[in-house]
Amino acid sequence: MVLTGAEIVIRCLQEEKVEYVFGYPGGAVLFIYDELFKQDKVRHVLVRHEQGAVHAADGYARSTQKVGVALVTSGPGVTNAVTGIATAHMDSIPLVIITGQVPRAYIGQDAFQEVDTVGITRPCVKHNYLVKDIRDLAATIKKAFYLAQSGRPGPVLVDIPKDVSADRCEFDYPKSVAMRSYNPVTRGHQGQIKKAVQLLLEAKRPMIYTGGGVILSDAADRLAGLVRQLGFPVTNTLMGLGGYPASDRQFIGMLGMHGTYEANMAMQNCDVLLAVGARFDDRVIGNPAHFAEVPRKIIHIDIDPSSISKRVKVDVPIVGHLPEVLDDIGKQLDASGARADDKALKAWWKQIDEWRGKDCLRYDRKSRIIKPQYVIEKLHEVTGGEAFVCSDVGQHQMWAAQYYKFDKPRRWMNSGGLGTMGFGLPAAMGVQLAHPGSPVVCVTGEGSIQMCIQELSTCKQYRLPLKVVLLNNGYLGMVRQWQQLFHGNRYAESYVDALPDFVRLAEAYGHVGMRIEKPADVEGALREAFQRKDDLVFMDFAIDPKENVYPMVQGGKGLTDMILAEEL
Amino acid sequence: MRHVISILIENESGALSRVSGLFSARAYNIESLTVAPTEDPSMSRMTIVSTGSDDIIEQITKQLNKLIEVVKVVDLSEAAHVERELMLVKVRASGKDREEMKRMSDIFRGRIIDVTESTYVIELTGNTGKLDSFIEAIDASLILETVRTGVCGIGRGDRVLKV
Repeated sequence: MVLTGAEIVIRCLQEEKVEYVFGYPGGAVLFIYDELFKQDKVRHVLVRHEQGAVHAADGYARSTQKVGVALVTSGPGVTNAVTGIATAHMDSIPLVIITGQVPRAYIGQDAFQEVDTVGITRPCVKHNYLVKDIRDLAATIKKAFYLAQSGRPGPVLVDIPKDVSADRCEFDYPKSVAMRSYNPVTRGHQGQIKKAVQLLLEAKRPMIYTGGGVILSDAADRLAGLVRQLGFPVTNTLMGLGGYPASDRQFIGMLGMHGTYEANMAMQNCDVLLAVGARFDDRVIGNPAHFAEVPRKIIHIDIDPSSISKRVKVDVPIVGHLPEVLDDIGKQLDASGARADDKALKAWWKQIDEWRGKDCLRYDRKSRIIKPQYVIEKLHEVTGGEAFVCSDVGQHQMWAAQYYKFDKPRRWMNSGGLGTMGFGLPAAMGVQLAHPGSPVVCVTGEGSIQMCIQELSTCKQYRLPLKVVLLNNGYLGMVRQWQQLFHGNRYAESYVDALPDFVRLAEAYGHVGMRIEKPADVEGALREAFQRKDDLVFMDFAIDPKENVYPMVQGGKGLTDMILAEEL
Repeated sequence: MRHVISILIENESGALSRVSGLFSARAYNIESLTVAPTEDPSMSRMTIVSTGSDDIIEQITKQLNKLIEVVKVVDLSEAAHVERELMLVKVRASGKDREEMKRMSDIFRGRIIDVTESTYVIELTGNTGKLDSFIEAIDASLILETVRTGVCGIGRGDRVLKV
């Protein structure tokens, strides 16, 4: 069947069973939009800024394990999308981004709305393509979907010149993809797994540290099985929250810069560390030289060989798909019939419980000003821990991570790698579309929310009943916290003067606004908001402007050099 | 330590910039980079000379392997291999220098491939050290221009880099 390029694009999206495309039209994608208009299988969501389109596709992907799709025009459409693409790239989120390009004959002529899309996005995608020949179009889109979700996932961009989308050719969607240059590993090396099992059984002070890979590869169930089988303590990274149930006794909290005292102490002092789908990020282990001061054996399972021994030397690298590797470890453990050293493990747990006794997430519950931690705890209570929580970036992000106890994977969406302010609201749109009827919350700050606030208009158009929890302290709080602790209380440009009246702003966009100023009103407001199932409710909580996130490890310091709330 | 890394990569537009972009983005060194299609025109072979600790070189090979268009990566310097580089040198060759230049070229087994009344262009192949030695051996004031290809390398014996 002979189709135009634009028809081929839409047919490919249909073949991939794409439900939603998040996008914004423009000159170079007009033929594609024309074809979108003529069908109703693939639904388009019109955002208000291209950054929002990519974040929304990203939120959709994070909460579903499907590929998120964004469609933007050439030039500024692409440059606006770059922040979203880089965000997804840092967190390994499977996206396909389709971009319009000026007609082939204009490329390189500084044409209207021309940028070198493939060049600009090259460092922040898993791969990208410029389709110069319509005969390559269908196969390229097929490859894009395959690359995005296989191996270590990531965003893949397909740049389509306008005349290619108008050109015609025979359409034939490939059933499968074979690439001699790309063959991600699946099964882990059995010999390495055997070594890992041996180390785990010999451990006196074991620790399991898991990251975003567990969420991305749907390995949470297998992980839980293995953790229980071993009886070891487990910690999650910021990206890995929900990978192991937070309410379980073996979970000792998030680790890292704002991790719990017990998680950081156990991480530093363990003798055998099992790292699963995590990458020893600078925000997780602090100073690598300090981390290396305590000798320990490290087993590292990851799908991406380049994540292994990048920042920390490991003893037993295992490259493979997590669910299968975890399965193999469990099977070999069973087959060995051996058990970990119970006596040592008991002593280790005793030590951990002592650390736990510090109660490092304690805060002033009697405060007459609203404490942000209290808002998040109430949010958890009111939603029964079942909400999809999307966060922006800053103090509120850390409080949400610390106090909303995630028991399930894919319930926590945040820009962990790139740290993109403005991510929360559009990501929540994507999540809400993927999970209609489920509670979806955007936890944000007055700084972050204003970076993509225009998407409140999109929420109105598509009747997305999100709940926005704005922890408003009048400061760019995390910046203020660093200035207080490390820059002699000089609050350079971290106080945001002339904030809008968020209640009226929400109302202006057609939503419900609430302002909450007293601790006694927090729970009532949240309950009312979640009862309004059809409305987007924007809750502006006036929180303590002096509250800081603790524990805290200063950048470049050792993981156990924690500043605790009580010390101030 | 100096390493010679050989890469087979799909011969597609932009492939070179993916590799060079990787090196600059991750602050790896490139001493030289050569690239040309292989006997199979769908594939190019690149030789990169880089320096770095063992950890860095390990990361470089892993990161190169991660590029979607890279088919194979080998660190040639891990085992026996040969390296060659081509240099063209344009020198002043008049009066007493003319004979001396010819002699030096012969000693280094170079070939004179362009001759005018006052200049020669000398073609020289060898490993990097040999080419450096030639430059040092001749009178610097007589050098008008030099151009070098950068190193290309291949494993000795049965060691083969092929798909």
